[in-house]
Amino acid sequence: MRAISIVDFPWQGDNLFRRACFVSAGLISVLMFCIMLSLIFGAWPAMEKFGLSFFTSTEWNPVTEEFGALNALYGTVVSSVIAVMLALPIGLGVAIFLSELCPAAISKPLFIAIELLAAVPSIIYGMWGLFVFAPWFADGFQIWASDNLSEIPVIGTLFSGPPMGVGLLTSGIILAFMILPILTSLIKEALSTVPKVLREATYGIGATQFEVIVKVLLPAIKGPIFGALILALGRALGETMAITFVIGGAQSIDTSLFMPATSISASIANQFNEATGDMHISALIGLGLVLFMITFMVMGTARVLLRRKAK
Amino acid sequence: MIRKFKNELFKFLCLASTAIGLGILVLILFTLFQKGFAGMNWALFTQVTPGPGGEGGLLNAIIGSVIMTGIGILVATPIGVLAGTWLAEYGQNSKTADTIRFLNGMLMSAPSILIGLFVYEIVVVTSGHFSGWAGSIALAIIALPVIISTTEEMLKLVPTQLREAGAGLGTPKWRVTLQLSYRAVGTGIVTGILLSIARISGETAPLLFTALNSSFMSVNPNEPMANLPVTIYQYAMSPYESWNQLAWSGALLITMAILFLNVLSRALPQLKKRRS
Repeated sequence: MRAISIVDFPWQGDNLFRRACFVSAGLISVLMFCIMLSLIFGAWPAMEKFGLSFFTSTEWNPVTEEFGALNALYGTVVSSVIAVMLALPIGLGVAIFLSELCPAAISKPLFIAIELLAAVPSIIYGMWGLFVFAPWFADGFQIWASDNLSEIPVIGTLFSGPPMGVGLLTSGIILAFMILPILTSLIKEALSTVPKVLREATYGIGATQFEVIVKVLLPAIKGPIFGALILALGRALGETMAITFVIGGAQSIDTSLFMPATSISASIANQFNEATGDMHISALIGLGLVLFMITFMVMGTARVLLRRKAK
Repeated sequence: MIRKFKNELFKFLCLASTAIGLGILVLILFTLFQKGFAGMNWALFTQVTPGPGGEGGLLNAIIGSVIMTGIGILVATPIGVLAGTWLAEYGQNSKTADTIRFLNGMLMSAPSILIGLFVYEIVVVTSGHFSGWAGSIALAIIALPVIISTTEEMLKLVPTQLREAGAGLGTPKWRVTLQLSYRAVGTGIVTGILLSIARISGETAPLLFTALNSSFMSVNPNEPMANLPVTIYQYAMSPYESWNQLAWSGALLITMAILFLNVLSRALPQLKKRRS
């Protein structure tokens, strides 16, 4: 008997190919659905036991099996917000320099170099952060800050504490380096969509480059910049290895940014393989579920914002 | 005067930002060379990972990483290319295609540690042990969305005339796609695949609870498998000097490989253009 092949029935090839393509594409929805389901399923025992207090409790004690997500949530959000606040001005500066100020010939290689920052694996940032940046940061900035800033009311409490190098602020700074490339390339792309005429017209009435960029170009791309910011925030929230190295891994909430803390991803990475029982594992997966929900919301918002502007 | 001063100050600040960005890259690469180069010797590639404080190399970790990345890419490539083809050729602007595009974007930005947790639950828990397969699956899931979106972007660049010319000769659509469209934008798709290899070969978090690690030489994906990123993580955090040295050498190795893949993927389209 001869095998039936699609060569014998060329008209069926189309059908087969389309189906294969469709099944592959549909797999994405199945995958997303399964990821969500598996997180809910895995987190269920912890959710059932702690209920809403899982989100509000700062207790994290594997021995008594009391678990709350607030410490990790705090560290995740604060380090990411610091990262975005630091990366935005630098990202704007880089994007403006590369697309408006420097000659086209050197702009391209410089931009590639900035983009290579995104290719460096997270774990390398972590090692560099812990062994090179943190000691330098402790000696260079933290000692100075605790001598000079810690007396100032309100702000002072943020910069008090022992100069250990690792901690919330260090994590925020390392994260800022990691999200710089994505921020830069999105802002640069947005700048390139502003019509040339607008620039020429403003230069024509005698404006300086500063005035053209700050008063005309940046207001024109406010929306995309905001979208890029949220996208970068989403990146920072889920970052794992870099944070695991430099955040210090302390289950506590402290007003000082110099103190060690923890994040959702760092807690999971640190504790998962040494988890002491099923409830501990379930609580860690519960943290994962919280992270999933936050990044889903943040990334969804960013996508909607960026798409609306793109149209 | 003030306007001019403001302008100069502004330009200086933009230049300074760029210097910071580039400075970080240079500093990281400098540190890697400074600390990693000392351990770049023959033993690194010929010996397996040593016990606590001992001397050895990274052979098993390198081979494990290559195997898992390889399986991951082999699984993700056909699915990704077909899915991207559906989005570009069949789904186009339909509601279903938009939904899939949205979910694909979400999968692309899902923290990789969550992919690790997911694979832990569906593969490690059900099979009862950590394995190279589980690691490969996690890596495949991370590579998949990147391949899908580059394939779609590339296929959208294929001129309609090319498709019409093919269809005009009576060629069925699947053959037009396979033999004309893929060929026309093949380099672009390969670029996407190279970038996703670069991306997954540095992933650490999803391997922590899927492939775990192993200090033995093993090419059997049914067992826990040694890999570079997790080895680097464990050795960097250890108190032993010889382990720390191996971690830095491994870090140098993996970063160079990834940067090379990135530069290659950028150079590929130019090379092709020049040849034709």
